[in-house]
Amino acid sequence: MNSIIKVKNVFKSYWRNSIEIPVLNDLSLEVEEGEFLALMGPSGSGKTTLLNLIAGIDRPTKGEIIVADTDISKLNESSLAKWRADHVGFVFQFYNLIPVLTAYENVELPLLLTKLSKAERKKHVETALSIVGLADRLNHYPKQLSGGQEQRVAIARAIVTDPTILVADEPTGDLDKKSASEILTLMDRLNKEFKKTIVMVTHDPHAAEKASRKLHLEKGELVGV
Amino acid sequence: MKILKLIFKNAFRHKLRTLLTILGITIAIIAFGLLRTVVTIWDSSVDATMANRLITRQAISFIFPLPVSYQEKIKSIDGVSNVTFATWFQGVYKDKNNFFARIAVDVETFFDVYPEFLIDAQQLENFKKQRNSCVIGADIAEQYKLKIGDPMTLEGDIYPGRWDFVIAGIYKGKNKNTDETQMIFHWNYINERMKVESPIRANEVGWYIVQIKDPNKSAIISEQIDALFRNSSAETKTETEKAFAQNFVASSGAIISAMNVMSFAIIGIIMLVVANTMIMSARERTREYAILKTLGFSAKHLFVLILGESLLISFIGGSIGISLIFPIVQGFEQAMPKGIFPFFFVEPITIFWAIVSIIFVGFISAVFPIQKALSTRIVDGFRFVG
Ligand SMILES: Nc1ncnc2c1ncn2[C@@H]1O[C@H](COP(=O)(O)OP(=O)(O)OP(=O)(O)O)[C@@H](O)[C@H]1O
Ligand SMILES: [Mg+2]
Repeated sequence: MNSIIKVKNVFKSYWRNSIEIPVLNDLSLEVEEGEFLALMGPSGSGKTTLLNLIAGIDRPTKGEIIVADTDISKLNESSLAKWRADHVGFVFQFYNLIPVLTAYENVELPLLLTKLSKAERKKHVETALSIVGLADRLNHYPKQLSGGQEQRVAIARAIVTDPTILVADEPTGDLDKKSASEILTLMDRLNKEFKKTIVMVTHDPHAAEKASRKLHLEKGELVGV
Repeated sequence: MKILKLIFKNAFRHKLRTLLTILGITIAIIAFGLLRTVVTIWDSSVDATMANRLITRQAISFIFPLPVSYQEKIKSIDGVSNVTFATWFQGVYKDKNNFFARIAVDVETFFDVYPEFLIDAQQLENFKKQRNSCVIGADIAEQYKLKIGDPMTLEGDIYPGRWDFVIAGIYKGKNKNTDETQMIFHWNYINERMKVESPIRANEVGWYIVQIKDPNKSAIISEQIDALFRNSSAETKTETEKAFAQNFVASSGAIISAMNVMSFAIIGIIMLVVANTMIMSARERTREYAILKTLGFSAKHLFVLILGESLLISFIGGSIGISLIFPIVQGFEQAMPKGIFPFFFVEPITIFWAIVSIIFVGFISAVFPIQKALSTRIVDGFRFVG
């Protein structure tokens, strides 16, 4: 199996009032294509930080991050933006939909950066929304949807571009049990049926059960499973 | 869906806030338009003067008269092509509040020296023939619904008594800024009566208007005219019509300068208002900009998104404002007594400056939000709590 994500000796610090706060310490990690990885660990251990580095929305202080054969730590700002659009789907804890756009428009958003025609975009958006079971909510605004439905729209937005990897930061963190389990079933399906590589941060041991591998992060270091 | 749609949806996310901002821009543009109109009118009434006309008046003050005998003397100076004179009659037409210039002139020469007052040859002929006739500007005719043959009676103040006139002609202005609000009649008619009623005031005129062949010689000819009457009982002061007009409105000059500054200060204020709206909106959307960046939207996209919104709001407010300037200026013109401003209309330059201001406001207001949105890192954007 070949590793689609390679994190090599990564250090990450934040600076607050010129005091260095080390978050990740010499962290290395490989994720194989088609894997569903759950990242667990206490609050403040650096899970979100690691996920952001893998997804290319933040840069390591030191070390390499290679995703699908690209060393993204070496890309400049605009190539990195382009790379994200092409390769990564994001799911956040708080859904992060644009409130003035309908479900359809939110899912269409990443496709505006592609060369797809309006008709092609429509086909993709409708497919993505039907995968998450919301084909009948196209014209609803986020505030007209339940939390679980909002998160499903967010997942549709994450998969509509058919990204190389899917990253999810506590996707069930803000949901009730039933909605959470629907989301997890969906993630599982995306992994098994659509062969998506998924890295998911979660606090919830139940959520982690769906994953094919679990890793624990503690004080910026991975500890054995 | 296109970026444009998102711009539109963003702009009207807080409908009340956006509508108030638009209303603010509208009012500012109208105020700007009105002030600029007054300023340009003042400028153009000075511009309406002719470079080839000199005004000769009494040296001590404009209110003191000059002997009518000066006409021939001035005419004899080399380079002078024509000389006419006028006297400020004032008087009251029907009501004290009816402002418009009423002047007694030398009918033989007046319209030759003022070619911008266009009058039908036959009407002019009739005017010259009938001693108690008058010519009025088209604006006056329209406002008081007067036509040729109608009587006009003035209650004299400087020249006491009742004065009856008959309208022999109506003149039009050659240019848009030509004064069409004057009432012009025979100096002789006034003078004949003064000879009888108040002989010491007979044979006096208010000022001379001297037409010269070469505008470049205005300084020399002015000097020659004044030299002619030096050490006489009525010394003169001669200057170009333009200089004269500027003196005449000098006191209003300060107000006009203030208006000039004010008109641009208003644009400055509205810029702060729009900038404030934009900064508030952009701040609330910190997280959304982080989302868009995460999805791969570039600096260019955010730039277009924010600038577009700022320009959209400015343009809506600005276009409503500009389209309202015309009826409002017209309303002012109708509400104001004739003669305070001889003409009142929106100059194209005013509209030009209004448009420039709107674009300027749109751009400047977007600067801070754009700078902020682009410099905020994605991870910080997500951690931002409004
Ligand atoms: N943008 C930032 N600026 C400064 N410090 C940060 C930033 N992001 C994270 N940190 C700090 O880095 C550490 C790790 O944060 P991170 O968000 O990765 O933790 P986490 O494991 O995701 O925690 P949680 O489970 O609460 O989400 C924390 O101490 C946090 O305060
Ligand atoms: Mg986290």
